Amino acid sequence: MPETLTLTVNGQQLQVPSGATVAVALNILGQPCRTSVSGQPRGPLCAMGICYECRVTINGIANRLACQVLCTPGMEVQTIV
Amino acid sequence: MCNAHTHNYDVLILGGGPAGIAAASAAAAPHTSVAIVDENPTLGGQIWRNSFAADVSDPAAHWYQRIQHSPITRLHDLRVFHAPSPGTLQAEAGNGLHTLHYKKLILATGARERFLPFPGWTLPNIMGAGALQNMVKSGLPITGKRIVIAGSGPLLIVVAAYLKKHHARVICICEQAPLRQLLPFAKGVITNTEKLSQALQYRLQLLTVPYRAGWWPAIARGQSQLETITVTDGARRYIIPCDYLACGFHLVPNIELPSLLGCSQSNGFVKVDTTQQTSIPGIYAAGEITGIGGLEKSILEGTIAGYSATGQSTAAQQLSAARSKSLRFASAMQRAFALRPELRRLPAPSTLVCRCEDVPHSHLVSHSSWRSAKLHTRCGMGSCQGRVCGTATEFLYGWPSESVRPPILPVRLQTLAQAEDPASQELSTAI
Repeated sequence: MPETLTLTVNGQQLQVPSGATVAVALNILGQPCRTSVSGQPRGPLCAMGICYECRVTINGIANRLACQVLCTPGMEVQTIV
Repeated sequence: MCNAHTHNYDVLILGGGPAGIAAASAAAAPHTSVAIVDENPTLGGQIWRNSFAADVSDPAAHWYQRIQHSPITRLHDLRVFHAPSPGTLQAEAGNGLHTLHYKKLILATGARERFLPFPGWTLPNIMGAGALQNMVKSGLPITGKRIVIAGSGPLLIVVAAYLKKHHARVICICEQAPLRQLLPFAKGVITNTEKLSQALQYRLQLLTVPYRAGWWPAIARGQSQLETITVTDGARRYIIPCDYLACGFHLVPNIELPSLLGCSQSNGFVKVDTTQQTSIPGIYAAGEITGIGGLEKSILEGTIAGYSATGQSTAAQQLSAARSKSLRFASAMQRAFALRPELRRLPAPSTLVCRCEDVPHSHLVSHSSWRSAKLHTRCGMGSCQGRVCGTATEFLYGWPSESVRPPILPVRLQTLAQAEDPASQELSTAI
């Protein structure tokens, strides 16, 4: 079994494999990362830091790219919805 | 100036993918300080993402060993946003501004997938082919998931093989290029023994996945996320229920930084000489930004650039025949995966072209240039700064891309405030 770690997404606790990015954690939960300016749900498109569709708030810092940040134990992620 | 970090290197390499790693290995020598800068938490770029730890038989492992045993500084999680003066770059990290000084610079910024709009393409769980592979490499469980792979390029096949290996249900691959356009390239690939074995390996793994040349995605449907994708060959249409659509239309180079530095370009790629030097003395370029050619070309060009930047010209020259061969391969690939004109007619009037500012196709068609569209609709003015819609509008409407201005990435105001040099004043007037 791979090692896992626990983080919080929108107040909900979630276990992910260690090495998972925040974008992966959100996709496992089936949650979008953000709501677009016209109200559409959006998830990652490029998964490499280009498209900015996956931006979320991580540990209080807004607009972090979920695809480029690794999950850490106790991390708090808030989606922009 | 607070929280500012300053670095000085003889050779600075931007991009930690295969080209950057090969460049660093070639440049590494006693009394030469070499550093690789990358945006990601680990080295490897896209193709070697997370493959160093996984499998020692992976070719990536060889290069990782070389890097491990060389005195090379690795600067991760650093996003370069400005080139204020010759020999200086500014980058942002989690801990603020970093100023990077270099004597020689090697650009190995790689490529990204080209995304083209079609109705429904903004639904969650539609992502690039390489993007879905990246997500799985980064821990996304994919067992039993129904996946359609569509778009264009050899990456589609690589990703299909990878996803199958991870027990996904890959329903089909839809390659937009017609078979007659692909065949000359396929023949070229198969005369090359090394590539033949790669091709066979993929073929074996893919035996049960239909490869449909001349098919492309037409409409995606779903409530809160993707539920079905309709694919077409222009005459027939199939609606396929699926969990993910992995969709990218081949690759486009990450050209923003070379553009900011003023490197000359040709057909959208950075122009280099046989030593990989750009139009600016002391600045080299290697890998996908000089022409989409894949792993071998990237490693070769990175190696040549690393040698050239450190005066090892004989070693660099020895690779020139191999370099010419890889360039021929790259141009054959470019022809094989050229986009079909039908893709220009995919967006419906209400289909969003700019995903940052949610600008629909109907608001854009009347404009005559990228600049006009930007000023009137905000297309390309959002967070991605046109990296996604700019390549789409170039194809859809024939608008050439325009000059880039700093900061080339969204940067926190706090970081900009840390920069005190005259260039930062130029920056603060630009924002």
